[in-house]
Amino acid sequence: MRLTCPHCGERDLREFAARGSAVVLSRPSAGASAEEWADYLHIRDNPAGEARDLFYHTPCGLWIEVTRSTITHAVIAARPVREAKP
Amino acid sequence: MAELIARTPAHADLPQPVEIGRTRIAEVVLGPVTWIAPFDGQEKAVTAALRAAAGVAFPKPGQVTRKGSVRALSVGPGQALLIGATVTPDGAATTDQSAAWCALSLSGEDACAVLARLTPLDLRPSAFALHRTARTMVGHMTASLTRTSENTYEIIVFRSMAHTLVHDLTRAMRHVAVRAAL
Ligand SMILES: [Zn+2]
Repeated sequence: MRLTCPHCGERDLREFAARGSAVVLSRPSAGASAEEWADYLHIRDNPAGEARDLFYHTPCGLWIEVTRSTITHAVIAARPVREAKP
Repeated sequence: MAELIARTPAHADLPQPVEIGRTRIAEVVLGPVTWIAPFDGQEKAVTAALRAAAGVAFPKPGQVTRKGSVRALSVGPGQALLIGATVTPDGAATTDQSAAWCALSLSGEDACAVLARLTPLDLRPSAFALHRTARTMVGHMTASLTRTSENTYEIIVFRSMAHTLVHDLTRAMRHVAVRAAL
């Protein structure tokens, strides 16, 4: 798989660390219920199609959110996590 | 006061250049190194300050800006290493990283073949042109790789990785040389 780091450009997967679903970016608010926290920590979708995952580009230190297809393996988009969501 | 003898980072592992097959490695003594990270919106001001003091602009991603023996190497999002001069511009976080890095140059006809054994980076000239730099992996190490001539690459890793870099490179050089002799 080739991923595009927004800073470095297209790179081999070996340069990246896969860090799981991008759902971890949506942290529950302080007053959230135990159920919301359980969902956030443990419950993951397993989509056939578009998935959003976090990757860390090890050599440059950028966290990126990758939108990709679990059916075709196509990489659709990658954005730096440190920038606000579009 | 005691006179301490400063050793270069690769001194113990590469006291002099080594040639194996059609490749050669030698240590590059970087001199002063400053890590520079402009604050938000300050890149233009930092470029102006760097230009005035050292003749180089703050580099764009993958770029090396050069003036004489001074160069600024892009090393990450919003980060550069200024090598060969010391400038600490306003509007940027700066740290003195002289002696924190180990730099080797790998040159020769088979330099690209040797490097291809160690890095996943696309080294073709169309993807990695002369005077381009990239943060990438060399073996298990993160590294900055710069193409300094058609057949010369400069590899910069943390000083603590000097031994591993020399080991990995000389091994790959031996392997390429052995194959070429078959
Ligand atoms: Zn990157």
